[in-house]
Amino acid sequence: MTVAEAVETVDLASTPLRDLNARLHAAEVAPRWRVVNPAGAHAVAVGLDADVEVDVHGHVGYYCAGMNKRATVRVHGNAGVGLAENIMSGRVEVDGYAGQACGATGRGGLIVVRGDASARCGISMKGVDLVVCGDVGHMSAFMGQKGRLVVLGDAGEALGDSLYEARLYVRGSVASLGADCVEKELRDEHADELRELLATAGVDADPAGFRRYGSARRLYTFDVDHAGEY
Amino acid sequence: MCGIVGLFAKSPDVEERLGAHLGSMLAQMADRGPDSAGIALYREPAPEGTTKYSLFSPDPDEDWAALGDAEVHASHAVVVLDDADAEALLAGRPHLQVVSAGRRIEMFKEAIDPREFVARFELDRLAGSHGLGHTRMATESKVTTAGAHPFSTGLDLCLVHNGSLSNHNRLRQRLRREGIAFRTENDTEVAAGYLTWRLREGDTLQAALERCLDDLDGFYTFAVGTADGFAVLRDPIACKPAVMAETDEWVAMASEYRAIAVLPGAAQARVWEPEPARVYVWEREPVA
Repeated sequence: MTVAEAVETVDLASTPLRDLNARLHAAEVAPRWRVVNPAGAHAVAVGLDADVEVDVHGHVGYYCAGMNKRATVRVHGNAGVGLAENIMSGRVEVDGYAGQACGATGRGGLIVVRGDASARCGISMKGVDLVVCGDVGHMSAFMGQKGRLVVLGDAGEALGDSLYEARLYVRGSVASLGADCVEKELRDEHADELRELLATAGVDADPAGFRRYGSARRLYTFDVDHAGEY
Repeated sequence: MCGIVGLFAKSPDVEERLGAHLGSMLAQMADRGPDSAGIALYREPAPEGTTKYSLFSPDPDEDWAALGDAEVHASHAVVVLDDADAEALLAGRPHLQVVSAGRRIEMFKEAIDPREFVARFELDRLAGSHGLGHTRMATESKVTTAGAHPFSTGLDLCLVHNGSLSNHNRLRQRLRREGIAFRTENDTEVAAGYLTWRLREGDTLQAALERCLDDLDGFYTFAVGTADGFAVLRDPIACKPAVMAETDEWVAMASEYRAIAVLPGAAQARVWEPEPARVYVWEREPVA
């Protein structure tokens, strides 16, 4: 093994979390990291801004990989509330489920959840791509402005409520659509972008099996005739 | 904020160490609720015709022996009283607060740091079949022992709550008219009183909790303890967190996974987030 391939291992049972995050923020940061025994700790590997790969073995608490930039963070377990909140770029993956508000306000990058994601997945998303292999909870993509949410399972109530321009693709059932969210035709250009996104996420699924949802663009500006809809 | 924990033993090993496990879980939730802590444990049933009372005394020199065979836990004591004369005995000691009553429930709570609570009440000495705990960051009422959770909701019933209810004043008035008594201005006590009322009216625990979805306004994750098990309910918006986990040895719920991570075999447990507006119940064979 060459030095460049060496993996830095950090055991959170014996190392304070702040030490881990400080080392990941250092100017000269090692390229590959292995974190063990997270035991549900919050804020694991947050605020990264480097081309590093971090593998976390175990379940993490809130805000794991928050504000991620450039880095790849993989959680081999479940993640609590706010996974990759406000992600800017890079890639965050979780083998298990992701708690509420996964990818909230994310501006870029890719989040892949192999299990389910809870309520408010992709809330106020502003450019992030989210691929969820299981189900998403209620109010997902609420006020989504940009980016794409792909759900292979089912979506809970009020999907895409008050949606702006985020694009939603769901393969399973949708419990209900939120205000101003409508089903739209899945044209070739959408199938193409979906195929590319699924391939990037490493998820095997046929784009033809999905339905597309988006904004009806009726709530962009206040119109007194629509007051009853608020 | 507040933290809640619950643990249901499925093996004799876990029963034996139930208090120790719940104490570890509670300590993990200390920074979610540094104001107060409390715990309800379900232990060996009291003999037929008697009731187990958990009592709190503000007097550190309380003469517990005067009540008979009292098991003292810091500021609290557990006494088993004959149903025939319990009322008269307690009426003669109005300074004592009945924290809980029932065949199996034992309950302690105090307005102190949760870690100190775990040590002071020597939770690691207590075995039991299941139990609930709470760490409180007060929002709706005073930081006092009476305002700490759990709240007992009738014989062998208790409730812990993370969240806040917004219609508790109106609901308290309505429940008072139904004959439910309240000791504090606390919102959770109203939820507890509401369950007491519904169960008194003949609802099952499942039905009573489902009715909460219509009648309680606000944010809540509830865990409810009964003689035979516990139930979990989150409000339909699910603002307050909850995570559950199960192994062959135990079922656990907590506000955050880190409270579950301290349990034996947690890394291999099935872990999931309870769905909003859905009642989850675990029960064992009822007490004879």
